Amino acid sequence: MATEAPTMRRTPLYDRHAELGAKMVPFAGYEMPIQYEGIVAEHRAVRGRAGLFDLSHMGEFFFKGRGAGATLDRLISSDIAGLAVGQARYGLLTNERGTIVDDVIVYRISEGEYMVVVNAANIAKDRAHVLARLGEDVAFDDRSYGTALVAIQGPRAVEILASTTDADVRTLPAFGVTHGRVAGSRATIARTGYTGEDGFEVFVANAEADKVWDALLGAGREAGMKPIGLGARDTLRLEARFSLYGNDIDETTDPIEAGLGWTCKLDKEFTGRDVIAAKKAAGPKRKIAGLVIQGGVGRHGHEVAHEGDVVGRVTSGTYGPTVEKNIALAYVPTPLSKIGTALAVRIRGKDVPATVVKTPFYRRPE
Amino acid sequence: MSTVPDDLQYSKEHEWVRADGDVATIGITHFAQEQLGDVVFVELPEKGATVRQFSSLGVVESVKAASDIYAPISGEVVERNVKVMEKPELVNTAPYGDGWMIKVRLADKGELTQLLSPTDYRSHIGETAGAGGD
Repeated sequence: MATEAPTMRRTPLYDRHAELGAKMVPFAGYEMPIQYEGIVAEHRAVRGRAGLFDLSHMGEFFFKGRGAGATLDRLISSDIAGLAVGQARYGLLTNERGTIVDDVIVYRISEGEYMVVVNAANIAKDRAHVLARLGEDVAFDDRSYGTALVAIQGPRAVEILASTTDADVRTLPAFGVTHGRVAGSRATIARTGYTGEDGFEVFVANAEADKVWDALLGAGREAGMKPIGLGARDTLRLEARFSLYGNDIDETTDPIEAGLGWTCKLDKEFTGRDVIAAKKAAGPKRKIAGLVIQGGVGRHGHEVAHEGDVVGRVTSGTYGPTVEKNIALAYVPTPLSKIGTALAVRIRGKDVPATVVKTPFYRRPE
Repeated sequence: MSTVPDDLQYSKEHEWVRADGDVATIGITHFAQEQLGDVVFVELPEKGATVRQFSSLGVVESVKAASDIYAPISGEVVERNVKVMEKPELVNTAPYGDGWMIKVRLADKGELTQLLSPTDYRSHIGETAGAGGD
């Protein structure tokens, strides 16, 4: 009800975070762990060994019925009609103006059922967007608040998860999704993530979250796995150059300028397709560029300058613990988005030199 | 090591001062580095610059955010810690040792009386009887 005072939601793992000594912060309406031991130590654990994340704030929408695939194919920019059972795909929820409502992963979990994972901050907005555009023969179910999500990421994630599940996770391909039991609890298991490492996302009912979390944390202890907060989640995703909704992309940005043209299947019908196709044909006026800043950390909102003139803004910026550089993403005029272009980021009134570089900033070793 | 050494003076903004004759060494406290988290960048004034008591002298950036460092006393910078600029993690690992920031020639020794004693600083950060910070 609108008159109720807003209260922070807690994930079913809230008590676990408290026991582990996490610093909690408000995020997307939830009290979430930003760090346990420290961002850099957690970041390195994921790159070198493994890390465990509570991502239960994320939203889970289910689409069921004969018309589910067709509905999603129209709602989402990528090729959902071509998704086989057991496959997942990244895509964008777009609007009629051809801008980005959310970025999501669509999982075809059975012949007639799809799960769409949406950003926590966008659950209500996405639900309204979807409900206004539902097709025939499709039942929509928002199970965001009843579903827990635990992600296990890093080079040793596969062996740790394998020791707790009957599902054949070793042979599950990247972006594959399957069902099984983890620590005895029924789970949907996908080889997806947001870190640039190999890893899995495990979806269970809220009531099972504690058991699954404890089992995975215990199974990973010997391998040096650590619990990971949102702080390291952000440094990991930025090194891997994954977009963060609300920072790098939103309803004022389109897929082409955001570097997400590859998610748009322009030879099918989807919301905003014509606008996006026209934008692509004309060429975007601005583009998101990866920057390395020499001497200072760029942050969301910092101005980007070229020869003294402000030409854009930083959308995400941090120190990248693996690349050991200050990295950022920024929208700049297309001619200035070329690799090697010398720009500057205005940090505390000073123009600090920055160079446009190839992204991702980090790519995991083969 | 105590998180609030007994041989230093402190500011409410979580800097420490070690006065030695008319030169004082300045750094940030254990409590401050713990609050900041992993420090990844340190910006310090150059030798010869003047810093004013309770004004910003530089910046420490952690992975999360940027924070000003305030001068606990006024004076001329006689040395800045180049090592901490190259290895900012020294602020976390040795805030009272190799993680120091600058040395200044005191402009007014009387300013030292405006700083907190170790006991006062401990109560300022809510620490009791030498227990761990936070």
